[in-house]
Amino acid sequence: MHPYSDSGSKDTRSGFGAGLLELGRTNPQVVALCADLTGSLKMDAFAAEFPERFFQTGIAEAHMIGMAAGLTIGGRIPFTGTFANFSTGRVYDQIRQSVAYSGKNVKICASHAGLTLGEDGATHQILEDIGLMKMLPGMTVISPCDYNQTKAATITIAKHDGPVYLRFGRPKVANFTPADKPYVIGQADVLTRGGDVTICANGHLVWEALEAANALESQGIHAEVINFSTIKPLDLETLLASVHKTGRVVTAEEHQRNGGLGDSIAQALAMHRPTPMEMVAVNDSFGESGTPAQLLTKYGLDAANIVAAVKRVLTR
Amino acid sequence: MTPSIHDLPSQVRRDILRMVHAVQSGHPGGSMGCTEFFVALYFDILRHQSSPFSMDGLGEDLFFLSNGHISPVFYSVLARSGYFSIEELKTFRKINSRLQGHPTTHEGLPGVRIASGSLGQGLSVAVGAAQAKKLAGDNHLVFTLHGDGELQEGQIWEAALYAGAKKVDNLISTIDANGQQIDGSTDEVMPMGDIGSKFAAFGWDVMHIHQGNDLDAVRQGLREAIAKTGQGKPICIVMHTSMGHGVDFMAGTHTWHGIAPSDEQLTAALAQLPETLGDYPA
Repeated sequence: MHPYSDSGSKDTRSGFGAGLLELGRTNPQVVALCADLTGSLKMDAFAAEFPERFFQTGIAEAHMIGMAAGLTIGGRIPFTGTFANFSTGRVYDQIRQSVAYSGKNVKICASHAGLTLGEDGATHQILEDIGLMKMLPGMTVISPCDYNQTKAATITIAKHDGPVYLRFGRPKVANFTPADKPYVIGQADVLTRGGDVTICANGHLVWEALEAANALESQGIHAEVINFSTIKPLDLETLLASVHKTGRVVTAEEHQRNGGLGDSIAQALAMHRPTPMEMVAVNDSFGESGTPAQLLTKYGLDAANIVAAVKRVLTR
Repeated sequence: MTPSIHDLPSQVRRDILRMVHAVQSGHPGGSMGCTEFFVALYFDILRHQSSPFSMDGLGEDLFFLSNGHISPVFYSVLARSGYFSIEELKTFRKINSRLQGHPTTHEGLPGVRIASGSLGQGLSVAVGAAQAKKLAGDNHLVFTLHGDGELQEGQIWEAALYAGAKKVDNLISTIDANGQQIDGSTDEVMPMGDIGSKFAAFGWDVMHIHQGNDLDAVRQGLREAIAKTGQGKPICIVMHTSMGHGVDFMAGTHTWHGIAPSDEQLTAALAQLPETLGDYPA
């Protein structure tokens, strides 16, 4: 059985808010922008404590991204905050030209990603954002798994020179990673050791993968669960070391199959070590309204679906 | 004899035409219409340092070109004001050049602080830079240039709303009102109405430069704009120019928006533009 326990459900967006507040207190170069979702992004504490370093842009995401690029002057480190859909798809060209191509040190922080946004429905449940962002040259892409890791990642990306996309979510989920663990960009974390199958997960599905590993363990299948919170750059070394041992891979993510973590891992394995693989991801469809748990089940992303994917890959 | 600022426009127009002709691509019309503006800005108005170039530009006035397709005039004036060698103009739009079709920071060309070309983004960037200057206690100014057609992009109005509402009064944005865009006149494609009134309604202090191809009128207009800064409003200059100004058969039409002159047309055009400061070596 995996050794992790839920220290109390918390939302990852609150991890972002806590990390941003700490940055405000420790790094005077950090500034923040928000497009009328300060409460939803948990940026209100930063805004209240550092009003001169907080820029409310109104509902104008394209302008917010451009403004963030301009704000980098003098070594400022702008953090933009809005929902993941409005952080990426809505402003893709602004990020592409004014941030990524121009090499600006902007941190694009995106909440309410994926199906677990829940009742708001598919207009807001972006499932393409990781693909959009990872295709941009020079963009770092991170999807942490819980409150603690989101807070740590928020603090770490301020030290990284270059544009970053940081994706997190709305619902309260298990908080199980150590509170004091510094985040290292590009380093995947092996959460359980096992020799039968490698499960690569990120975001909210890391906990589902751990639950799946427990279920598999009781059936005598030993899964190695790896938290691939950084999608780009991908931790090839950790991936290949695990796959060398297991020879079987399942990926799990709250994203389209096209363009997500599984897609990155499939590409890496195809080039370095062709390996039987199954992908737990949304398969070319939009989401819909519902509770996060209902949606994860309906779209095939919960622990039971990860178990089923492991069973399939073991027969190949 | 010391070269006069008045020698520059003719030479810059020669640069523009020769650059565009050499690769048979680029945007000469808007470049020629904004030549006086660029010369006034870089040789008279801006408090800037060309070398060494500082990307941050703290302690300097900054300029952001939002309608990046008029890169030829930008490059010519940057080179002739010392940001890089005049000879480098010959690499415009060629492989392995720092002088990309549209301005970029990616190749490290001194003088360029943001990529532009995809229209409508430069005003937001400039607003951010202006706010960064205020935050840093830097009382220097931020200037931008936009095409009138570019104002059809929605992001411009997001940025305009912000700048007016948040009193970004260290920002001077100039609109190149030449009444032309690629598909035709703005009146044919998308009538712009009263541009000045639109910006005024967004909380800007609006003024006009009626003779945008008269160098001294542009210098005087920019000085008037500077005098308006620091008073709680961003400044908008509606600058009336003629696309293709300086060559009789190119002026006042959208035809030369993105068309290069032929050999014969180049010869005819250059004959109307004295080589005042020396052409860059081809």
